[in-house]
Amino acid sequence: MTDNIITSLADTSFYKIQRRIALKNCGVIDPENIDEYLAMDGYMALHKVLTEMTPDDVIQVMLDSGLRGRGGAGFPTGLKWKFAKGYDAPQKYVCCNADEGDPGAFMDRSVLEGDPHVVLEAMAIAGYAIGSSQGYIYVRAEYPVAVKRLNIALQQAREYGLFGKNIYGTGFDFDIDIRLGAGAFVCGEETALMTSIEGNRGEPRPRPPFPAEKGLFQSPSILNNVETWANIPQIILNGADWFSSVGTEKSKGTKVFALGGKIRHTGLVEIPMGTPLSTVIDEIGGGVPNGKKFKAAQTGGPSGGCIPASHINVQMDYEHLAEIGSIMGSGGLIVMDEDNCMVDIAKFFLTFTCDESCGKCTPCRIGTKRMLEILDRITSGKGTMEDIDKLEDLAYYIKDNALCGLGQTAPNPVLSTIRFFRDEYEAHINDRHCPAAVCKELFHYVVDPDKCIGCTQCLRNCPPFAITKTDYIAEGHKLPSVKIDNDKCIKCGACIEKCKFDAISKQ
Amino acid sequence: MDTITLKIDGIEVTVPKGSTVLEAAHAAAVKIPTLCFLKEINEIGACRMCLVEIKGSPKLAAACVFPAADGMEVFTSTPRILANRKKTLELILSNHRKECLSCVRSGNCELQKLCREYGIEDENYYAGANPEFRIDDSAAHMVRDNSKCILCRRCVAACTVSQGIGCIGANERGFDTNIGSVFDLPLAETSCIHCGQCITACPVGAIYEKDSVDDVFAAIHDPSKHVLVQVAPAVRAGLAEEFGKPVGTDAQGKMAAAMRRLGFDKVFDTLFSADLTIMEEATEFLDRVKNGGTLPLITSCSPGWIKFCETYYPDMIPNLSTCKSPQGMFGAVAKSYYAEKEGIDPKDIVMVSIMPCTAKKFEYQRPEMNVNGLRDNDYVLTTREFGRMIKLAGLDWDMLPEEDFDLPLGLGTGAAVIFGATGGVMEAALRTAVEVLTGEELPNVDFEDVRGLKDIRTATYEVAGLTVRVAVTSGLANARKLLDMVKAGELEVDFIEVMACPGGCVNGGGQPQVHASVRNFVDIRAERAKVLYALDQGNAIRKSHENPAIKEIYETYLGEPGSHLAHKLLHTEYTPRKINGNWD
Amino acid sequence: MKSMQELAAIREAMKAEITLAGKPGAKRVVVGMATCGIAAGATPVLNAFVDGVKEAGIGDKVSVKQTGCVGICQYEPVAEVYDGTERTTYVKMDAEKAKRVVEEHLIGGKVVTEYTIGATEV
Repeated sequence: MTDNIITSLADTSFYKIQRRIALKNCGVIDPENIDEYLAMDGYMALHKVLTEMTPDDVIQVMLDSGLRGRGGAGFPTGLKWKFAKGYDAPQKYVCCNADEGDPGAFMDRSVLEGDPHVVLEAMAIAGYAIGSSQGYIYVRAEYPVAVKRLNIALQQAREYGLFGKNIYGTGFDFDIDIRLGAGAFVCGEETALMTSIEGNRGEPRPRPPFPAEKGLFQSPSILNNVETWANIPQIILNGADWFSSVGTEKSKGTKVFALGGKIRHTGLVEIPMGTPLSTVIDEIGGGVPNGKKFKAAQTGGPSGGCIPASHINVQMDYEHLAEIGSIMGSGGLIVMDEDNCMVDIAKFFLTFTCDESCGKCTPCRIGTKRMLEILDRITSGKGTMEDIDKLEDLAYYIKDNALCGLGQTAPNPVLSTIRFFRDEYEAHINDRHCPAAVCKELFHYVVDPDKCIGCTQCLRNCPPFAITKTDYIAEGHKLPSVKIDNDKCIKCGACIEKCKFDAISKQ
Repeated sequence: MDTITLKIDGIEVTVPKGSTVLEAAHAAAVKIPTLCFLKEINEIGACRMCLVEIKGSPKLAAACVFPAADGMEVFTSTPRILANRKKTLELILSNHRKECLSCVRSGNCELQKLCREYGIEDENYYAGANPEFRIDDSAAHMVRDNSKCILCRRCVAACTVSQGIGCIGANERGFDTNIGSVFDLPLAETSCIHCGQCITACPVGAIYEKDSVDDVFAAIHDPSKHVLVQVAPAVRAGLAEEFGKPVGTDAQGKMAAAMRRLGFDKVFDTLFSADLTIMEEATEFLDRVKNGGTLPLITSCSPGWIKFCETYYPDMIPNLSTCKSPQGMFGAVAKSYYAEKEGIDPKDIVMVSIMPCTAKKFEYQRPEMNVNGLRDNDYVLTTREFGRMIKLAGLDWDMLPEEDFDLPLGLGTGAAVIFGATGGVMEAALRTAVEVLTGEELPNVDFEDVRGLKDIRTATYEVAGLTVRVAVTSGLANARKLLDMVKAGELEVDFIEVMACPGGCVNGGGQPQVHASVRNFVDIRAERAKVLYALDQGNAIRKSHENPAIKEIYETYLGEPGSHLAHKLLHTEYTPRKINGNWD
Repeated sequence: MKSMQELAAIREAMKAEITLAGKPGAKRVVVGMATCGIAAGATPVLNAFVDGVKEAGIGDKVSVKQTGCVGICQYEPVAEVYDGTERTTYVKMDAEKAKRVVEEHLIGGKVVTEYTIGATEV
């Protein structure tokens, strides 16, 4: 610190509260230099499992650590491995899900770009534990830097003899192929991801059989997400107890969130499981900017829900988030303020899942479309109160009937906004009014004649010529003013942007 | 056999280990509705109609693919389940062109049936976007109308899994998903082989054959035309299903009576030309064996198989028998031999062919399928179109008598009738070839080794010092396996029978559509084949070369099998093709 | 293929380089070069540090490395200087600022406070 100015990130409240396990090396080491990873005890966990531990020991450590899948569903990682180990097969596969697709989420990308070796090492450890010699990393093609660094890392690890045949002279073979995803969100679903690696259209398959029995190429397979992998070498080196001392009773360790939206400090944060949402928003994120009021936080992306201000102290872990109708998800955390319309937010996420539905099963293919059509009606002022019931009805039906996780969770943003912000839905329907002034057909612009000085900046920038001067003297005002013809207005907002006197507002 | 015992809706049932919940329910006399499921072909759990509750599991299970387990308790019709199924149907209906009254599948539509069973009250409950699609009628044999498609993927599975072709698949995704060709090419420009397995797989009216019923009626009622009809062996094993009869009902006699009442001038039988095919093909085989011709010889009766070979195995075209299919031979004989014999101008003959097959609609339009500048055949109808004609003409199926075909071209042997089942052509050829080689009468004409539904069947026969190794397969995915084995030298054979459709013509793409609720539990291939084997058994003449009408045509017209005239009329040639038209 | 001894040697040598332990006067500069950093303009910043250190002839004392994302999106491009136990976070960097950091901090030993995280409004 110099002159009371914080000069180091380490001293900021953004950073101090964080606990970096998965992101330990990100922003510290050169990701394209294996030597730097080695310096951070890299590949020592792999050495330890190969020379000191049996596969069962490794699985036991994973079970004891309490590590659960960071991709969203939170399935215990050790259990997954145990199941896969239990099946005999000539070939088994270790897969990494790096098809990060939630809008606004970039946790996995940061790990891959900042610390690619940690994923490789962890996958090799899993290969040893379940009896596999082949891994696949399924990474989205939109992450070219990650792909490049993964390839460099693989090449360097092979050159050092840390990958390939007879690793550390122990007779254990393991190598990895990289497969690029073509940008389909559904390919983050484990069976769809495997179907895609196999070279087919990325669509989920019914389970059972579960991938642990018949996964990739119909062989026993495990799939973990990047962040899950990033925890594993340290669990091996520091022990299950060390890891499970962080977090809550059922949610161990840390979780990385991509903090975004209406928040002062956006960024990537890693916090112990169970940290209250308020800590993340107020202390790490520095609160909502511009003097606006916090309205909700959205977790779990298109599969998650909105947490209202009344639940701002909720602990961020699998159980507590599920209790209030959201999910942990892969770690997207979007903060919303009073300017966000919750019906519009629901529509945004449903538009996404509807677009990204693979089209295989009926509930997701047609059901999400019909839900979206209802939301479209509501946000354009054509909704009825019956539409809310219809929405809920369809939402529960889709959750119950869809084939895969994408469909089963797609209605969550709608359900949670109806649950916590029903008044906003009702305002859209009954008052034909969008309280947050987002839904274009349900608000209008008004000019405050007391603030307007009649400079006509707005008038001259209005594309549809919807603004005209008023006869201010007749109206009894001192200064010239303008008025907006709402029939002509296209709600582009150009007038507000141009007004230097805060005279125009949305109502 | 290992068994498991579970409860379906409270009723205990014991089934073989490995059964699905759907199969266990079937054993417990409980029907679980399905739309997408086709056993062994399309086990994808996509339509979600078959979801059931399983005690102890919060999640519903797709009965079609969910393994039944010992001690499991399944509930198939709780209020939750029934409400879900209704919603699934309502959603499907919201994205389906509901022109039921004018739909080709009305009355035989799986969706319609389920809607009735589940009491759909408002077919527009979830009305919303319902996109129109371009109707694809480019191919010779069929029409695809995706606005009726419910995306069960059964057609895709039939094309990809059964036939190993995959010229159709899912395009786009989500709500925009639609079934079509790569790059949305018109079907005619793809490697589609016109087998029509997609049509028989379709639960609704999204895929149907091009209909020639009106044209045929018009020809029949044109006094200047002499309208002949030939009907393929397998049609008699399927037609009765069009009239609500169980799978495996013999329709031969009623079929002949129906054709006569429809007004055809002569009611003939493709069995005649099947016997003729045997004469030519057995001769060709023996000639190739004796004179070092290209072996193995592969049968050429199945036009779907021919186009498949031309497209995917053009290097094996020399292995194909040059014999026209029985359909082609029949037309050629009708417009030459029969015309001369009866003193009719061949130009006045209209040859109608009733086939269990949609690829025959492509075949008869091939340029080489002609006789003296006239097409061998003028119209090809499927079994289904034939059924529609009978209904249209007001014929009462149950009241129809059993009649015989007209002579001489209505005469066929037991060897000919089994052409309709996989292995039948091989067996018929063996009956003749063996007797020609040995000059002695066969003690037993049943060649059981080549019958049945095993993917690939092989047999070796020692005949008069000659070793004849044969292989039989049906379904083009199986054909691919067989041909690859032959090309790799893993299988050495002299004579191969390939039928494009799984199980042979009895399961052809022109046969009546059987609901999946039946198809998943009854092997329609086997049931229909039984009809043909029974007819063979009951026929006094069971060898092609003993057919008196065949003897006569050779004695009075063609001369020897393989003669110059026989070659001109009865043999053909093939064209190598590209997989995706001009896009390769 | 490296032997265990070779790996251990690499590990120790690199550990010293990263932690600067036992290297009095040594500094380490890391520039955030994840997609976010690159998109915000980190490449010219990295180049400016590399060139600046080279031109100043202090390559033996100062190492310049690319690194991944440190997590502070709206401050990109980010460069951090490690000097003994001291860590300085420079944010919203550009090539010109990097040159000044080279001169004043890497050569002169004085933190350029106005470019640091605490002095920068977002």
